[in-house]
Amino acid sequence: MVVSEQDIIKVIVFQLADKEYAIPVSHVQGIEKMIHITRVPGTERFVKGVINLRGVVTPIIDLRERFGLPPAEKTESVRIIIVQLDGMEAGFIVDSANDVLDISADSIEPQPEVVGAIEEPFISGVSKIGNRLLILLHLDKVLNLPD
Amino acid sequence: MEMNQQYLDMFIEESKEHLQTCSDYLLELEKNPDDLSIVNEIFRSAHTLKGMAATMGFEDLADLTHKMENVLDAIRNEKIAVNSNILDVVFESVDHLEAMIMDIAGGGGGKRDVSGIVSKLMAIEAGEQLPQNNPATKETAADVAMEEVSSESQLVYDEYDITVIQQSKEQGFNVYEITVSLRPDCLLKAARVFMVFEVLEKNGEVLKSFPTVENLEEEQFDQTFQVAFITKVSQEEIQEKISKVSEIDHVVVVPLTDDMIKKTGKGAIASKEQLQNEIHMDSKQDKKTEAAKKEAKTAIHNSHSKTIRVSIERLDILMNLFEELVIDRGRLQSIAAEAKHPELTETVERMSRTMGDLQNIVLTMRMVPIETVFNRFPKMVRSLSRELNKKIKLEITGAETELDRTVIDEIGDPLVHLIRNSVDHGIESPEVRKAKGKPEEGTVTLRAYHSGNYVFIEIEDDGAGINKEKVLKKAIERGIVTKESAQTLTDKQINELIFEPGFSTAEKITDISGRGVGLDVVKSTIQALGGAISIESQEDVGTIFSIQLPLTLSIISAMLVKIEDEIYAIPISSIIETSIIQKSDILNAHNQKVIDFRGKVVPLIFLEEIFEVPRNEKHEDGCHSVVIVRKGEKLAGLVVDSFIGQQEIVLKSLGNYLKNIFAISGATILGNGQVALIIDINALM
Repeated sequence: MVVSEQDIIKVIVFQLADKEYAIPVSHVQGIEKMIHITRVPGTERFVKGVINLRGVVTPIIDLRERFGLPPAEKTESVRIIIVQLDGMEAGFIVDSANDVLDISADSIEPQPEVVGAIEEPFISGVSKIGNRLLILLHLDKVLNLPD
Repeated sequence: MEMNQQYLDMFIEESKEHLQTCSDYLLELEKNPDDLSIVNEIFRSAHTLKGMAATMGFEDLADLTHKMENVLDAIRNEKIAVNSNILDVVFESVDHLEAMIMDIAGGGGGKRDVSGIVSKLMAIEAGEQLPQNNPATKETAADVAMEEVSSESQLVYDEYDITVIQQSKEQGFNVYEITVSLRPDCLLKAARVFMVFEVLEKNGEVLKSFPTVENLEEEQFDQTFQVAFITKVSQEEIQEKISKVSEIDHVVVVPLTDDMIKKTGKGAIASKEQLQNEIHMDSKQDKKTEAAKKEAKTAIHNSHSKTIRVSIERLDILMNLFEELVIDRGRLQSIAAEAKHPELTETVERMSRTMGDLQNIVLTMRMVPIETVFNRFPKMVRSLSRELNKKIKLEITGAETELDRTVIDEIGDPLVHLIRNSVDHGIESPEVRKAKGKPEEGTVTLRAYHSGNYVFIEIEDDGAGINKEKVLKKAIERGIVTKESAQTLTDKQINELIFEPGFSTAEKITDISGRGVGLDVVKSTIQALGGAISIESQEDVGTIFSIQLPLTLSIISAMLVKIEDEIYAIPISSIIETSIIQKSDILNAHNQKVIDFRGKVVPLIFLEEIFEVPRNEKHEDGCHSVVIVRKGEKLAGLVVDSFIGQQEIVLKSLGNYLKNIFAISGATILGNGQVALIIDINALM
């Protein structure tokens, strides 16, 4: 059976605390190891600063802090996922980058309302792959500073 | 279609140039309405524009240009006398044409309702009883075309050539005269010529060409050129090969006979002599115009001779790559300093010097004469002064002064605003000027010049100047200053009030300027470019706006300083000096820590507080490192932990996500690959 391309979404799966999250590959520019971050004064707490990404000064957001999760210990698996949206580039600090998966659009369900987690406004839907539950993110909401 | 796309940019660029030429010469024509050679220049530009527009399929554009051309032609043939009203209509047409080109540049189809202006142009044409004009132009155009196509030999052979031809023939070579006609819509004439020559040179030797190779390369010919060609290849074969080059209309290859050599030789010499005589007579009759014409021609010639067009995109890429190199150089320098390896140090030093030269070249490549901004102002001032019934002369000096492309793109609007301001508020009406004992015609001077690492642009008018009482009254009304503080302001400070947001002194709000939005926007635009604006004014004498702009925006000298383990860059341009002060030197004045710096009281700014630098342990020793910075006449001392040193840094933006960070104007990448933030002195003071 041939599945049309529209129905399949390729996503990058990453880990934050005990949950797995997904971002469409089309928005991901690359995955980097942790490097020196220069603090930028006068920004939101979750903006950790800027890095030199091959000559481009790129802002870095700590997703744990953005979602109100407790800070993690620094481990070797910590990654910066570089995303771009509407010409804006930013990096997300995540616990680890786990996988690249194809998920079918049909498998995405709206977020069950009962969850009530802090990250709720950032969630666009959930997808169940086998026994894994992937949380899909609203990139624009994650990036937009609260007004 | 894809061809069109490829040529679109070129078309837009060249159309703009032709329109500029039109308006330049139109202004010239207004001053010397009897000089018909000027009309010829305008006509030529309009004609080329029409041709290009028609080729690219922009019919409205071609149509309007055609109508304009008819009027110009009538002027040229002395069927219509030049007067301001006619020029107004022609100027208006140029405005419409400009708008169309802008539309095309913005991705539009260049469509525009021009029926109004077209009927005006037709009225001028017909109003002077010239119904025959239309066919007449066509006829002459056709005549010219006929002449161009005729394949009569233009080649002149001297004795040396003749010997070569004869010897070649004896050795069994064929000698042909080849006439190549390019298609009338050919856009890259020089390129086609090059391709034809390439074909020829593969198959034999080009003996001579008419026009000369240099002229061909500079596209100084219409559609046809001729070459004398020595080859072993047959007539048909060479014809076929040349015809394969695209955009060629037709090729005529004829074997060169001895008769032809002699005949053409004589004829050409005769005509040459005739030509010289003619020029001679002309110059006697009308030395002035001839000289002026020549000057104009050589000027055009010079600017065309040794330039190529490079897209800005490529220059930006080059700049980016160079910036990477600058960063690596910084890194190498620090490695070399640590390694203390003499050969390495020497090589790095040599490389640094070469890089310095390279930097100069890369930066100057991005420099554009400010002329490109200035040259739209004469027309603007002309129409404004007519609208306002004022007599105004615009003088421009230093138009050749060069500025970085990025600055050029941004500086246009602020200048428009300032000039409108001078024309509207500055220069008085002729009656008022007369009463004041000034010449009726007011003068606005636009001046640009280099000084150090800056370019200065001044807009000076000999108008009414700023009325200080009026400004103060208004400022108090609008709540910009209080009555009490108004007493203490210096004249300069009062003048500066007009840059405050929400300030407008014009009693009558006109279309041209003065809606209370404006001068503050001008000021912020200039500051965003890293520049500054100041104003000098004397009542009834005039006003000078002076803009100071940095030469370049991308690479600057900066002082690197350290606070805890964070590194910040301070632009050298705003630093006066650095010094170490003792804690005991700090005085308190109104809750503000100050120091006495060479007899001046200078406030201290503790960067660790402004930037909330996290401290591992309290920094405690008896002295502070202070960078004394300046903004205008104000001084301040920035307190840091230590100085690292001076370095060339590449300015980078923090991106769209982090906008409006207080007191940070951007970032740079250090030798070790880390990012350092650049301090915005203007925001701190």
